[in-house]
Amino acid sequence: MSERRAKKIEAGSGKVVVTGICGRLGRRVARVLHRERPVVGVDRREFEGKPKDVDHQRLDLRRKKLKDVFRQGDVEAVIHLGVMHNPRDSAAEHHSWNVEGFGKLLDYVAQFRVPKLVVLSSANVYGPQPHNPQFLTEQAPLLGGARFSEIRDLVEVDMLAQSFFWKHPDVQTVILRPVHILGTVRNAASNFLRLKRPPTLLGYDPMVQVIHEQDVVDAMHAALERRVRGIFNLAGPEPLPLSRILRILGRPTLPVPYSLARPALNRLWALHLTSFPAPELDHIRYVCMVDDARARSVLGYAPKHDAEATVRAVEADL
Amino acid sequence: MARDTSLLRRSQTLGSALLGELGSLAQRAVDRSMTEMLGGESFERRIARVPLNLGRSGVDAFGLDPVWTKYALAATAYLHRRYFRTEVFGAKSVPPGRVLLISNHSGQVPIDGALIGASMFMDAEPPRFIRAMVEKWSQTLPFVSLLFSRVGQVVGVPENAKRLLEQDEVLLVFPEGARGISKTFDKRYQLVDFGLGFMRLAMETKTPIVPVAVIGGEEQYISVGNVEPLARLFRMPAFPVMPQLLLPGGALPLPTRYRIHFGEAMHFTGDADDDDSVIEEKVWLVRATIQSMINRGLRDRKHVFW
Repeated sequence: MSERRAKKIEAGSGKVVVTGICGRLGRRVARVLHRERPVVGVDRREFEGKPKDVDHQRLDLRRKKLKDVFRQGDVEAVIHLGVMHNPRDSAAEHHSWNVEGFGKLLDYVAQFRVPKLVVLSSANVYGPQPHNPQFLTEQAPLLGGARFSEIRDLVEVDMLAQSFFWKHPDVQTVILRPVHILGTVRNAASNFLRLKRPPTLLGYDPMVQVIHEQDVVDAMHAALERRVRGIFNLAGPEPLPLSRILRILGRPTLPVPYSLARPALNRLWALHLTSFPAPELDHIRYVCMVDDARARSVLGYAPKHDAEATVRAVEADL
Repeated sequence: MARDTSLLRRSQTLGSALLGELGSLAQRAVDRSMTEMLGGESFERRIARVPLNLGRSGVDAFGLDPVWTKYALAATAYLHRRYFRTEVFGAKSVPPGRVLLISNHSGQVPIDGALIGASMFMDAEPPRFIRAMVEKWSQTLPFVSLLFSRVGQVVGVPENAKRLLEQDEVLLVFPEGARGISKTFDKRYQLVDFGLGFMRLAMETKTPIVPVAVIGGEEQYISVGNVEPLARLFRMPAFPVMPQLLLPGGALPLPTRYRIHFGEAMHFTGDADDDDSVIEEKVWLVRATIQSMINRGLRDRKHVFW
């Protein structure tokens, strides 16, 4: 049974359900996949520039209607991108969206025997720490929430996916943990690099890994095509000191002592003048880099964009 | 107003031009004196011969930047050749490729590490940049963490050590740790217990161990006691009592003459996850080798200061 289904995946005939398809990354995934197989997008937002053959279901993951998507049958894979991470939203809403919604999705994957599940997690689940080894492997503990409680949800989603991986050996569960994704996406790292004058912390210049959004999409595509399961770190091109990244963009920086930056950012955050919560400062203070040897050997992943192209991608027209 | 800003800008460019001129002057002076200390080979050329794993950006994955390391080396080279007038024995016998340097630790301040680094660059063939492991909390300090990373010092976790050896670096380890460096004067040149981690690491990565004996460090700061309550209070590994600090200029280490002895490489094989008792035996062998190198070195030394 599973043998037959696995063959079918390689043929690429079955439906792929993509949650969070209306985000910038989701739309890129849709653009790659819709030429190869039927794509069903699940997202409550509007889908700008939707390819005609993509079936967009405007619904919330927590709604019962989600089950109908699976009931229609022939779902060969699920790609979960629909993780909410907006530190301005309430913790309760976050939790219910990320954990409850994802839990429902996992139930349907198990119930309808979907053979493949790809979950986009993040290397942020490891968290920047002073005692981090230079390169974290997939076995490293997920301490991201230790200093930054808002990302506990993301850690929990990753954990849920892991326990699903163990409970359902017949499903090929793939968890991808990319480093900072750069490009047209609106995440903290890209937003930071788009600032006119990005602040840095005086006396700190950690090594940083970044990855181009298209390389992440390619890795998801590979995870879908290949018969693989497990957790994969994705590291992008060679690591660079933060100062070199900022030099590529040629922007003036604003070095601030950490002891000033933290209270100042807390203040600005409280006044709604910034979109960066203070714990994010740890990312420009400590290393949080990953070893992606596993993705390179098992998934056949290799970044196509070099460091310069990856960093410059944040300047692309939105 | 417009004239003001143009004046300001002109004085700024003038200022930066002056600074740049001064910088290049200093750089030439450093290069000249280094070339002299290296016995004729140009500083740049010697640095170019150091085997490194640099990325396209000119920095390695751990953040080592040869441009920063160059200036750190110039400073330690001065200590090495002029201040402590180190005599180095056996540096030529350090094998190429991955190496674990295992040394005694002494002197209250880790000058011994810096001098071993200087001699591996100035006296060994091919010249090497040594890597060492630093305390985890040092990463929380501004500038310090940056400097450590750029000159190749990495956070002290086993994963980093393993990765460095796998990329064929020279790794310096003081298995005595903080207890070794803060010895009081009556305990000088007596090795304290060694940790076992380095031996497991060497066996796992099939790395030769080079025993190193450093002589001269114990007399640079003379510690007559250790105030444990104060050490606990300041969260320091020890609080040494050093009478010389009361003298004018006593904050500087005494200009003893250092002797660094590099021993023959030792090779260990077996299961890295063996029982402590098995590993301890091998560690004991290394420790005994270093202790006898120290004893011999002390016997042959004619004077502490010259």
